[in-house]
Amino acid sequence: MSDFGQASAVALALILGLDGDLFRIVRLSLGVSLSAVAVAGIISLPLGAALAVYGFRGRGPLIVILNALMGLPPVVVGLVVYLLLSRSGPLGVLGLLFTPGAMVVAQAILVTPIVTVLVWRAVSEPWAAYGDALLVDGASRLRAIPELLAMSGAGLLTALLAGFGRAIAEVGAIIIVGGNIAGVTRTMTTAIALETSKGNLPLALALGIILIALSITVSAIAFLLANRGIRP
Amino acid sequence: MIVLTRRAALLLLGALLAAAPTHAETPFITVASTTSTEQSGLFGHLLPAFTKSTGIEVRVVAVGTGQALKIGERGDCDVVFVHDKPSELKFVADGFGVGRREVMYNDFVLIGPSSDPAKVDGGHDIVAALRKIAAAQAPFVSRGDDSGTDKAEKRLWQEAGIDVKLASGTWYRDTGSGMGPTLNTTAAMDGYTLSDRGTWLSFQNRQSLKIVVEGDKRLFNQYGVMLVNPTRHPTVKQELGRRFIDWLVSPDGQATIAGYKINGQQLFFPNASPSG
Repeated sequence: MSDFGQASAVALALILGLDGDLFRIVRLSLGVSLSAVAVAGIISLPLGAALAVYGFRGRGPLIVILNALMGLPPVVVGLVVYLLLSRSGPLGVLGLLFTPGAMVVAQAILVTPIVTVLVWRAVSEPWAAYGDALLVDGASRLRAIPELLAMSGAGLLTALLAGFGRAIAEVGAIIIVGGNIAGVTRTMTTAIALETSKGNLPLALALGIILIALSITVSAIAFLLANRGIRP
Repeated sequence: MIVLTRRAALLLLGALLAAAPTHAETPFITVASTTSTEQSGLFGHLLPAFTKSTGIEVRVVAVGTGQALKIGERGDCDVVFVHDKPSELKFVADGFGVGRREVMYNDFVLIGPSSDPAKVDGGHDIVAALRKIAAAQAPFVSRGDDSGTDKAEKRLWQEAGIDVKLASGTWYRDTGSGMGPTLNTTAAMDGYTLSDRGTWLSFQNRQSLKIVVEGDKRLFNQYGVMLVNPTRHPTVKQELGRRFIDWLVSPDGQATIAGYKINGQQLFFPNASPSG
C-alpha cells in the first residue's frame, strides 16, 4: 500500500505546486484528444445517423467493419500513420510527423469507428419510434437527420465521451507518431510510460492518478451540461 | 437539446483554442537518439546549455539505436546520436548519414541480484561471467530490441560461444523493450541484465539489483553523432544540425558532457574525435 500512498502524495504535490510541466502536459493531452474527438464527431455524427436512416447496399458489411474497427490496435494505427506521414511516405510533405497534429490524426482514426457505431445505436431508437411520423410530416430522410440527432442528445454525448475516453487513455499510437518529445509531444500517457521506464514508479503512478481525475472531470462537466440541456 | 449542442460546441472550441500551440517560431532540430541518453538525464543537462548558447531548440525522439537509425534513414530527423559503431559506419557507408563524429563514451555493466545464483559478483571478465550465467541457467533478461545495448550484448554472448536463441524463453528472456523497462523486469525476476552505466545510475526501482561485473574493456560503449544526408533528404536542416554536432564536439560541449553527474559520479566521458 505504501506505493499508492507515496504516489498520492506526489500527485497532490504536483497539483498543489501548480507544476508548469504538468500543466503543459495536461493541456496537450486534453487538446490532442478533444481535437481528435471533434474530428471524429464531424465524420461520425452524419455517418452514424445515415447508417440508421438510409437502407443502402453494403450497409450491413459497413456496420460489421465499423464494429470490428472499434478494436483497432493503437500500435498498428500508430505505425500506419507513421509510415504515411514519414518524410519518405506519401504525406511526408506535410511535415506533420513528431507534432501534435500527427497525434490528432492517429487518435481520430482510432476514435471514429467507436463514435460512429454509438451514434448509429443512439439514433436508431428515435428513428424506430418517430421515423414514420417524421416522414409522414413530409420531411425527407436527409431533413430528418438533424431532428433525430437533436432527439438523441444524451446518446450522442455518451458516444463522444466514449471516444474521448479511448483517445485520452491511448499511448501506443501517439508515442510512435508523436515521438514523446519533451515539451512538444509529451502527453500524460507517454509521460507515464517514460517515468515507468526510468523506474520512477511513484511519479508514474501519480501522473496516472491525475489522468484518471482529469477523465472524471471531463465526464462530470459533460454530465452537468447534459442535465442543464434537458431541464433548462 | 439544441442548448446542449451549442454549449458543447463552445466548450470544445474553447478547449481547442487553449490547446493550440503557442510557442513562437523558435528554430529547432529533431534528433533521433537512444533511451540511454534521455533516460539517464544527460539530455536534460546538455540540451538547455546548447539552446542557451545558440537559440536552437532540440527535439529528441528517444528510441533504441536500431530505430533511431531507421528514423534517420527515412529522413524523419535531422541528426542521429546513437551508440553502435558498426551500424553507424554502415549507415554512413550506405549514404544515409554524413559527417559522423565520435562524441563520448560510457560503459556497460552487468547487473544482477544480491543472491547472485551464478556466482559472478566482483568479476572483471564479462565473457566468463556470461558463461557462468548460462551454466547456472540463471534468468538473464535481454533488451531484444535491436538497440545499441542489445547489439553489444549479443556480440558478447557470441564471444562467449553461447547460442542464446536456443535458450530464448527458458533462462534467457527477451523483453523487446527499452533499458528502463528491462531493468524493471530484471528486478522483478531477480535476474541478470546488461545495462549502460548511465541508465543504471539514474534508475530508481532497483530492489535487490546491483552491479556484479564491471571494468572489462569489452564493455566500452562509444557514442557517435551524424547528420542525416541532406542530399538524400532535402528537408534536413543541415545548417542547424551541423551547429549541434559542432557544438557537441567543441570544448564547450565536451565540458558540459563531463559536467553531468549523478550523486557525484560522472556518467559520460567526452572523447570527441578530430574532425574528418
